[in-house]
Amino acid sequence: MEKPLTEHIKTDGTWLTLTEYEETGGYQGLRKALSMDPLAITKLVGDSGLKGRGGAGFPTGKKWSMIPMGKDAHYPKYFVVNADEMEPGSFKDRLLLETNPHQIIEGAIIGAFAIEANFSFIFLRWAYHKAAKAITQALQEAYEVGYLGKNILGSGFDLEMSLHISVGRYMCGEETALLNALEGKRAIPRAKPPYPVVSGLFGKPTIVNNVETICNVPHILAKGADWFMKLSKSEGEGGTKLYGASGRVKNPGLWELPLGTTLREILEVHAGGMQDGYSFKGVLPGGGSTDFLTDEHLDTPMDFESVQKVGSRMGTGTIIVLDDKTCPIGMLRSLEHFFAHESCGWCTPCREGLPWTAKLLDAIDAGRGKMKDLETLEFHTKYMAPGNTFCALAPGAMEPLQSALKYFRYDFEKHIHEQKCPWKS
Amino acid sequence: MTQEQILSEKEISEIKDSFKHFPLKSAACIEGLKIVQKYHRWVSDEALKELAAILEMSVDAVDSVATYYNLIYRKPVGRHVIHVCNSVSCYIMGYDEIIAFLRHKLGIEYGETTADDRFTLLSVSCLGDCDHAPVLMIDDDLHQNLTTDKLEKILNNYE
Repeated sequence: MEKPLTEHIKTDGTWLTLTEYEETGGYQGLRKALSMDPLAITKLVGDSGLKGRGGAGFPTGKKWSMIPMGKDAHYPKYFVVNADEMEPGSFKDRLLLETNPHQIIEGAIIGAFAIEANFSFIFLRWAYHKAAKAITQALQEAYEVGYLGKNILGSGFDLEMSLHISVGRYMCGEETALLNALEGKRAIPRAKPPYPVVSGLFGKPTIVNNVETICNVPHILAKGADWFMKLSKSEGEGGTKLYGASGRVKNPGLWELPLGTTLREILEVHAGGMQDGYSFKGVLPGGGSTDFLTDEHLDTPMDFESVQKVGSRMGTGTIIVLDDKTCPIGMLRSLEHFFAHESCGWCTPCREGLPWTAKLLDAIDAGRGKMKDLETLEFHTKYMAPGNTFCALAPGAMEPLQSALKYFRYDFEKHIHEQKCPWKS
Repeated sequence: MTQEQILSEKEISEIKDSFKHFPLKSAACIEGLKIVQKYHRWVSDEALKELAAILEMSVDAVDSVATYYNLIYRKPVGRHVIHVCNSVSCYIMGYDEIIAFLRHKLGIEYGETTADDRFTLLSVSCLGDCDHAPVLMIDDDLHQNLTTDKLEKILNNYE
C-alpha cells in the first residue's frame, strides 16, 4: 500500500531538511512542472481526481482552471496555502506541517506556476509553533538553492513565498475570511460572487488550497494522474487520505490510507476499536461541522460522494467518536458553544441563532428542557441551512445538531422527561 | 509635559519591515499588533494609538482588528497564559475535570489573572491535537494526555 504523503516521515520527531527531502525524490515534481505548459499542469491535476482536502471536496484542477490566464489577466496573482486547521476534532495538517514542510512548499510552487502567480502565502494557525519553525527553516533553504525567488531553476518564473502566522478565530478557515485576515482586516466572509479565483487577495485572482491538497501535487506531477487515481478505492476521486480518530478508541491517531477506506476499517483496524468498558454510539466523520453517523453506516467508504449519500460529509476525514458513557447532549453543547463563540457576527441568523441553540442545549442538559425546545432546535436547523447565511459556518454548526435530533431523539426526550441529565449521577 | 513613547525604535523598525510583504501598509495591521504584543505581552490603548499612526490607519480601525482576534490581548495578562482546549474531543476525553482542577487550584475563572500575576486562564478552540486529548497550552508549550496529577506537576514548571 503506497503512502506518498507520509512514507518518508522521520521517527525521531524532526522534520525532513531540504537535502533529506531531495533524497526521497523531492522537487522532482517541480522540475517536471517547470518544463510544462501551465495549463497542462492544471489539466493533469484535474485528471488525477484530486479533490480539496480542507473539507469541501471541490476538484482542485477545476478550481485552478477558473483562474484568468494570459496577458489580459489581472496581476499579480496569489497562491495561498490554508494551514489554519481549526475544525474541531481535526489534526491532520499538523502532521504534514511538522514533518515535511518542503512537500507543502514544492506543491505551492507548482500551484503558483500553474496559475502564473508570483506571490504566495502560507497562512498558519498560531498554535502550531513547531510547524512555524519547520516552515521558516524550509522557506530559507528553498530560497538559498533557488527553488524560490527570481528565475526559479532558470525557468524565468519568479515566486516570493512567505509565512503568515494567524492570531486566532475559526472564521479564518473560510477562504474569503482568510483573505481578509491576510489583508490585515477582521476575518469576516466576503459576498460571493465574485469568487477569489477572479477577485481574491487585494482584489487579484487568488487560489486558496488546503495543506493536504497541496502536498499531493508534487506526487501527481512526478508519477502521473493514472497512478494517483489508482491509489484510491473510490470511483472518480483520486489519491490517499489522511484519516484520523479521536475519542474513546484504543489507539487514537492518524493513518494515510487509500481514499474510500470504510469507516469500519478505520475505526476497528487502525484505531483498534473502542476502549475497554466503552461501547460505540456514533461518529462525526469529518470534524465538528459534519452530521452524525451511527453503526448502520459503518460500511460506508470514506470518500466525498459516499459519505454524502448517507447524509453526512467526509469533511476533513478526522473522525470524532461518541461513546456510550458520554452524553450526546453534552457533546452537542460543547460543539454549539464553540460555533456560537466563533461566529464572526457579520450576519444575523448566525450571530443570534447559534447562541440561542447553545442556550437551549444548556437548559436541556441542566434538566430545564421542555418538549417545545426540540421544535425550536429543529426550527434553527432549517433557518440556518445553506442559503440563509453569509458563509458555511452556521450551516456547518447545524449538521451535528440536526442529525443528533434524528439519531439521539430518545436521549433528548429522556433529559426532558426526567428533568436531568441521565449521564450525571 | 510630553508623553513618553511606548513603542521602541526596534519595534517600530520591525513593524515597518513587515510592510515589504504587502502592497498596502494597512495589511501589516495584524503583524504590527503581534509585534507590539511580543514586546509588551498585551496591547494598551497608548500602544494602539502609536501603531495606528505607523500604519496610517485610524485608531478605531486598528482597534476593530485588535478586538476581533482572540490572541491579541487588549487587557494585561500574567507571566504565563494558559489556553485550555474546550472543543469536542477534549470534552469527550475529560475537559470538565481539567477545568474544574484549574479553577480550584488557581482560584480564578476564564479571563482572569491570578493575584500574583503568574497565570492568566483562557479557553481556546480546538488545538488540533485531538489524538492526545485532553490538551492545553501554556505560553508556547503544548501539554498532552492530561490528568489532574500530571497538570499539577506541569504548573510547577512555570514561575
